[in-house]
Amino acid sequence: MGLEGINQSFLTTRLEDLVKWARRNSVWPATFGLACCAIEMMATGAAHYDLSRFGMEVFRASPRQADLMIVAGRVSQKMAPVLRQIYDQMVEPKWVISMGVCASSGGMFNNYAIVQGVDQVVPVDVYVPGCPPGPETLMHGILTLHEKIRSGHILRRPGEGAGIRIEEPVSRPA
Amino acid sequence: MGVPGDDVAEAVVDHVKGAVAAQSHGQTVVHVPRDAWREAVRFLKEDQQFTQCSDITAVDQLLRPDRPVPAGVDRERFEVVANLLSHPRNRRIRLITQVPDGGEVESLFELFSGTELPEREVYDLLGVRFAGHPDLVRLLMPDDWEGHPLRKDDAPARVPVQFKEAQRPR
Amino acid sequence: MTLTPRDLVLGPDEWPESDETMVVNLGPQHPSTHGVLRVVLELEGETVLRAKPVIGYLHTGMEKTGEQLTYVQGPTNTTRMDYAAPLFNELVFSMAVERLLDLELPPRATWIRMMMCELNRVASHLLFLATNGMDLGAISMMLYGWRERELVLAFFEKVTGLRMNHNYIRPGGVAADLPPGWEQDVEEICEVVPRGVAEYDELLTENPIWLERTVGIGVITTEQALSLGASGPILRSTGMPWDLRKAQPYLAYDQVDFDVIYTENGDTFDRYRIRLHEIAESLKIVRQCLEKMPDGDSRIQDRKVTPPPRARIDESMEALIHHFKIFTEGFKVPPGETYVAVENPRGELGCYLVSDGSGRPYRMHIRGASFYNLQTLSTMVQGGLVADGIAIISSIDPIMGDVDR
Repeated sequence: MGLEGINQSFLTTRLEDLVKWARRNSVWPATFGLACCAIEMMATGAAHYDLSRFGMEVFRASPRQADLMIVAGRVSQKMAPVLRQIYDQMVEPKWVISMGVCASSGGMFNNYAIVQGVDQVVPVDVYVPGCPPGPETLMHGILTLHEKIRSGHILRRPGEGAGIRIEEPVSRPA
Repeated sequence: MGVPGDDVAEAVVDHVKGAVAAQSHGQTVVHVPRDAWREAVRFLKEDQQFTQCSDITAVDQLLRPDRPVPAGVDRERFEVVANLLSHPRNRRIRLITQVPDGGEVESLFELFSGTELPEREVYDLLGVRFAGHPDLVRLLMPDDWEGHPLRKDDAPARVPVQFKEAQRPR
Repeated sequence: MTLTPRDLVLGPDEWPESDETMVVNLGPQHPSTHGVLRVVLELEGETVLRAKPVIGYLHTGMEKTGEQLTYVQGPTNTTRMDYAAPLFNELVFSMAVERLLDLELPPRATWIRMMMCELNRVASHLLFLATNGMDLGAISMMLYGWRERELVLAFFEKVTGLRMNHNYIRPGGVAADLPPGWEQDVEEICEVVPRGVAEYDELLTENPIWLERTVGIGVITTEQALSLGASGPILRSTGMPWDLRKAQPYLAYDQVDFDVIYTENGDTFDRYRIRLHEIAESLKIVRQCLEKMPDGDSRIQDRKVTPPPRARIDESMEALIHHFKIFTEGFKVPPGETYVAVENPRGELGCYLVSDGSGRPYRMHIRGASFYNLQTLSTMVQGGLVADGIAIISSIDPIMGDVDR
């Protein structure tokens, strides 16, 4: 039966909260480090800026076991089909963080060789700017994603398109 | 015309008919005719102890048809450039040859196996063919890409910046 | 065609011939391929017969972009090629431009450049230790290796403003002088990093598992390395003590004292040991820079190349005009061509620059160290196992930004 049969009512609100809590506290990224941002992504996972406190230190090599694809780096013309294939292999629920300006918009390389924004290939949930974004910036992006998971619906309702809809504004640190 | 005091340049000019030596900011450059390319490199490798080919590249001189070249060199569209390094003699030398559009240069793969990838890159990005290369296919662009992007009349160096509106809520 | 149940059961004489080999694809998305490297392996069982690297998955068109950017903007482009050691890319580009302009730099600029580059070499080798350890299964190395690197990156952030891809070394000198208090930071780095490196040495060098996995793996001879265009630790591991800092000194390397580390066997263990000891040598150079740092300008004061200080723009019309010209059309470089090479952590990094008299390069080609080093892969993996192939790729230490540009 799965989650499709849940009718939204006050009885199931706690269950939804539980599901969302479980999802956002163990988001497992897929290894998709491409270029310089990958180095900063590895630095975020290392001991100084620890991703393990969010339950995210396990970078799964197999996309089947991953929830989150952090596209870290510039996506070239040759890599774009590979990117799409990895995204398709991931199982729902899945999210995409576009890390760095090259992944978000082509960055400083607006030429023939770079896809001008990875959202031309996969739907993106959070864009993290920077060249490369420091570990603190990436963490802010990850926490934004957690907030998005926390305040969104657990299912995609028909007609709402891909991604999770935010009901309330994303909270910002004071 | 040779480079004063440079015995290697003089040896190359003696050995290869049509070679012209010059100086570029303290470095020796020898312009060799296209059909003597492999022979010049072979001579440098076997007789002059140039142990490594540091770099093979090419320049598309389409926008500079009147560039300064030494006397005796006929300008063509492409210049294929090889930088050689001699470890025992601790010196470098640069060889340049002129290649017309659609023309070919001999591959240096038999002499230096490390020219395999750089020659493929020159073919992929500029369209200069290397005769005798074992695997002259595209290296950096996708296999079905058309054109040679680094040419001056090919891909634009700057594509228009696309402004996308953020969608919220999605 | 539909297979019947009888087809699916192979009798003892019905298996296909065992002399067929298997072609397997490794990458481009793979945890151990150091970025987007794809290797096509021809296997017989677990033994690798042939390997062919397929590259281009990170091709960024940087050489084409380089033709569009001015000489001041050039380092922002080249710095993203070898992104583990970005200052070297900026250095080689700036040196090529200065060669074409026949510029003479103030000594302080040269020494600052040298010190920052050696610190960058330390950071890059620490990254190598971390990734090499992780590829061979010592996942703890991945966490340890970043520890000391964070110290160096924090210093870079203090000096250049960024942790990576600094755009600090520009034609004419460096972007800004060292901040006050830098001596304490550098001293701290020189004290803390060797302690960490001693720990890694103790962890790995005599470790029997490490030795079994790296000694005798991926052997290459000097002739093969020279023919393939390899340089840096790969060439030095075969017994050839070739280091551009000693052989063809640039910056101020002839005024500092350091050794060239080389070994004889040409295997993976040797390359690991070379890089481990090169960290200590680089710190030796950094300590000498700390003692001998000259005073003076950190940029050449030629107003045609270096923008004036911002405060002067309000006072002087000439300063305003120079600032405007440098940042819009760029300073012009007389026509010419040159090739400049430096010693990257990975080998010989070169820049072939052709200028046509305008404010932008006509052709900028970077001779990537990793591009040539990667060609040694096919030679090294022959006859080894697939796991050895991973160890070998890791010991080549390719950075795909440099390979694909």
